[in-house]
Amino acid sequence: MDTFAALSQGVMVALQPINLLFAFVGVMLGTAVGVLPGIGPALTVALLLPITFKLDPAGSLIMFAGIYYGGMYGGSTASILLNTPGESASIVTALEGNKMARAGRGGPALATAAIGSFVAGTIATIGLALIAPTIVDIAISFGPEDYFALMVLAFTTVSAAFGSSVTRGLTSLFVGLSLGLIGIDLQSGQARLSFGVPDLLDGVEVTTLAVALFAIGETLSVVAAGARADEIIEPVKGSVFMNREDWKRSWKPWLRGTFLGFPIGAMPAGGAEIPTFLSYALEKRLCRKPGEFGNGAIEGVAGPEAANNAAAAGVLVPLLTLGLPTSATAAIMLAGFQQYGMNPGPLLFATNPDLVWGLIASLFIANGMLLVLNLPLVGLWVRLLAIPRPWLYGGILVFATLGTLGANPSLVELGMLLIFGLLGYVLRRYDYPIAPVVVGLILGPLAEQQLRRALAISVGDPLVLFQSPVALTLFALSALALFGPLLFYVFTGRKAPVGADED
Amino acid sequence: MKHLVSGALLAAAVAVAPLGAAYADINELKIIAPAAPGGGWDQTARSIQHVLQSDKLVGNVQVLNVPGAGGTIGLAQFVNSSKGDPNVMIVGGYVMVGAIITNKSPVNLSMVTPIARLTGEYEAIAVPAASPLKSLADLVVALKADPQKVSWAGGSAGGTDHITAGLFTKAIGVDPRKVNYIAFSGGGESLASLLGGKVTVGISSLSEYDAQAKAGKLRILGVSSPTRLPEAPDVPTFKEAGVDVEIQNWRMIAAAPGITPEQKQELSQTIEKMVKSKAWTDMLAQKGWANTYLSGDAFDAQLAKDIAATQTILKDIGLAQ
Repeated sequence: MDTFAALSQGVMVALQPINLLFAFVGVMLGTAVGVLPGIGPALTVALLLPITFKLDPAGSLIMFAGIYYGGMYGGSTASILLNTPGESASIVTALEGNKMARAGRGGPALATAAIGSFVAGTIATIGLALIAPTIVDIAISFGPEDYFALMVLAFTTVSAAFGSSVTRGLTSLFVGLSLGLIGIDLQSGQARLSFGVPDLLDGVEVTTLAVALFAIGETLSVVAAGARADEIIEPVKGSVFMNREDWKRSWKPWLRGTFLGFPIGAMPAGGAEIPTFLSYALEKRLCRKPGEFGNGAIEGVAGPEAANNAAAAGVLVPLLTLGLPTSATAAIMLAGFQQYGMNPGPLLFATNPDLVWGLIASLFIANGMLLVLNLPLVGLWVRLLAIPRPWLYGGILVFATLGTLGANPSLVELGMLLIFGLLGYVLRRYDYPIAPVVVGLILGPLAEQQLRRALAISVGDPLVLFQSPVALTLFALSALALFGPLLFYVFTGRKAPVGADED
Repeated sequence: MKHLVSGALLAAAVAVAPLGAAYADINELKIIAPAAPGGGWDQTARSIQHVLQSDKLVGNVQVLNVPGAGGTIGLAQFVNSSKGDPNVMIVGGYVMVGAIITNKSPVNLSMVTPIARLTGEYEAIAVPAASPLKSLADLVVALKADPQKVSWAGGSAGGTDHITAGLFTKAIGVDPRKVNYIAFSGGGESLASLLGGKVTVGISSLSEYDAQAKAGKLRILGVSSPTRLPEAPDVPTFKEAGVDVEIQNWRMIAAAPGITPEQKQELSQTIEKMVKSKAWTDMLAQKGWANTYLSGDAFDAQLAKDIAATQTILKDIGLAQ
C-alpha cells in the first residue's frame, strides 16, 4: 500500500538528525509559549516565519509541527499546576487538573495529560494520514444549521456539567453570553455594547477573560483569605507518576476524547474548545464516582486533554486536503507552506507528497518527543507548587499580565484583565462556577453567528434548522441530555444517578 | 512589554537574522502592522522589513503588531503618538477605508501621510462546480429574479468582499440593500461553505479560489480587475460581462502626520528603491501578490476616489449613514 510506503519515506526524512533538532527546538518553544498565557502557537509561528524563510522547507515545517503540538501540551501544564489556562482549549483541564494538583496529585494529572495527548495525537495523526479525504468530505457537508445544532448540544450538556447548582451555573453562563455580545457584529458590521471604546470593537479576548477569571481571581481570593487560609498545598502525595487505578480510569477517556476531538477539529467551524467541553461533560456523565468531579477527577483531565490534541491534528485535515485554514495557527502554517511555493489544497498530496508525508511523519516525531521530554520533567514541574505562596502568586500575576500584554499591548486590555479578575474574585466569593463564563463567551457568538447564517441562507425560514439529518440527530441528543434525567425520574421514581451532586 | 516577550521568543533567531547594516539611508524604522501576526498586513509589514534590511536600505527595522477593529486601533495609536516622527510608518489597505467608515473611527487616512500603494489583489466570484450558474450572465439573471435567493459567502460585513457584492448588485440595477450577504470570520470557513454548496456564490480574493478552481471543485465566474489576469487567463472580468465594477484590495504604506516635505521625500525614495529591488520582486512572486505600486499625487488621487466610492456604497448597502 503506497500510503505506508510514502509515510515510511516521510519518517526517514523526519528522522534525519538535523530535522530531529528542528523538532526538538519546535517542541521546546511550543511548550514554553503554551505555558505563557496569551501567547499561543499562532503568534510564535508568525514571528518565526520570516526567519525560517532561509531554512529548508522540511526542517521549518517540522519545527512548526513541534510548536503546534508543544503549544497544546504546554497549555495544559500551566492549567494544571497554576490554574492559569494558557490556551482556550485547556480551560477545562484547569477544572479538575488544578484540584488534583492541590491534593498532591499534580504528577498523575500531568502524566495523564501527557500520555493522553500522545495517544490522541498519535491516533489522530494516523487518522490524518489514512482517512483525511473521507473525513473532510463529511466535515464540509456541515452547514450552518448543523453547527448551530452542535452548539446547542454543547450548551445543554455543558451547562449541567459545571458547578454545584444549575441556577448558579446558568447565571455564570449568561454573564459569559453577555460578554460575548460585545464588539462588532460579524453579520451586520455594527458595534454592540462597545460604549464608544474602540478597543472593545473586537470583543473580549477569550484568553484575557480566562486568565483574568482563573489566575487573577484566584490570586485575589488567596490574598483576601490572608492568614485565614490554612490550606497547605502538598506538591506530592503518593506516587509522582500514575498508579494502576489512574491508568484504569484514564485510558477510556483518552480514546473517547480522541474520537470527539478529531472529527470536530476537522470541521471548518469546529475548533478545539468545543470537543474539550463535550468530553468533560461526557466523562462526568460516565464517571462511576460523579462526586469526584469538581474535586479532582482524573477523567476530567484525561478526556479533554486527549480531545484538544486530537482536534489539533483534526485542524490539519482541511488544511492539507483543501487548503482551508480553520484556526489561527493553521492560517499561519498555510502562509508557511506558501512561502515554499506549495499551495495546500486538493492537489498538494499529488504535487508535494514528500513534504506532506514528511510533515505527517514529523507530527509523530513531535508527539513522541513531547512525551519523552515531558514525562521525566513531571517531577520537576510539580515542585513549582512547593514555592511559598506569596512568591507563587506573585509569579502568576506577572506571567498572566505579561502574557496578556504580550499578545495585545493595550491599556484597555490591561484594564479588562483587572476588572475580570475582580469579577472572578466575586464569583468565587459567592460560590458561582467560573468556567461557564468562559464557555458562554466562546459558544455564544459561535451559536449566534451560525443561527443567523442558517436563517439568512434560508431567507428567514426557521424550518431549515430541522431539515438536515445531522442537525436533527444533534437536537435529539440535546433533548436527551436535557430531559433524560427527568424521564429517568418519572419512570423509575428514583433520582438519576448522574448530576445528583447538588449542594 | 511586547519587545520583551517577542525578544525572548526570537532569541534563537538573532543568529540567523541579518544584522543592521552600517551604511543605510535611514538608521531605524518602526513599522506598525495594525493586525495580528499572520494576516495580510502583518505579512506585508514583515516583507517590507525583510527587503529593507537585506538590501541595506534601512539599518534596523522593527514590526509592531497593534491588532483590532479593521486596523483602526493601530491607525488611532499611530496618529496620536507618532506626530512628526519620520522613523515610524504604518501598513494599511483598502479594508481600513471601509472600517474607518463603519466603525465611525475618530481618526482617518487624511490624518496620515500616504507614501505608496504597494500590492493589490483582485476580487473573484466563484460557484461550486455543480452549480447551475455557468457565467456572470447567469448570476445577473438570478440576482434580477430575486436577489434574496442568491446568498453570498465572504469575509466580515462591510469588508472588501461585501463592498464588491454591493457594487456588483448595484451595477446591474438591483437594490444593494437586498444583497443576502453571509459573513464568515475566516477565509477557510467561507470557502468550506462554498465547497459544501451551502451558499450560492462566494466572493473573495482570487488567490483564495485559485487552487480549488484548478482542482475542478469551484468555477470562477469573474474577476474585478480592469483586464484579464495572467494567473487566470480564462476568467472574464466583470466589465467584459457588462458589469461596470472594478475594485482592488490594495495594501499601502503611510508615514506619520506632520512630517516635513523633506522627510516625506526621503521615505518615498526609500520605498521606491525597495519596490524596484530584486528582493521585493522575488518576495511578491513568492507570496503571489501583484505589484500595483503607485505613489505621489497619483496615489493621493486614487485614495480620495476610493474613499468617496466606499462611503457611497456603504450607505447604499445600509452599513453607514
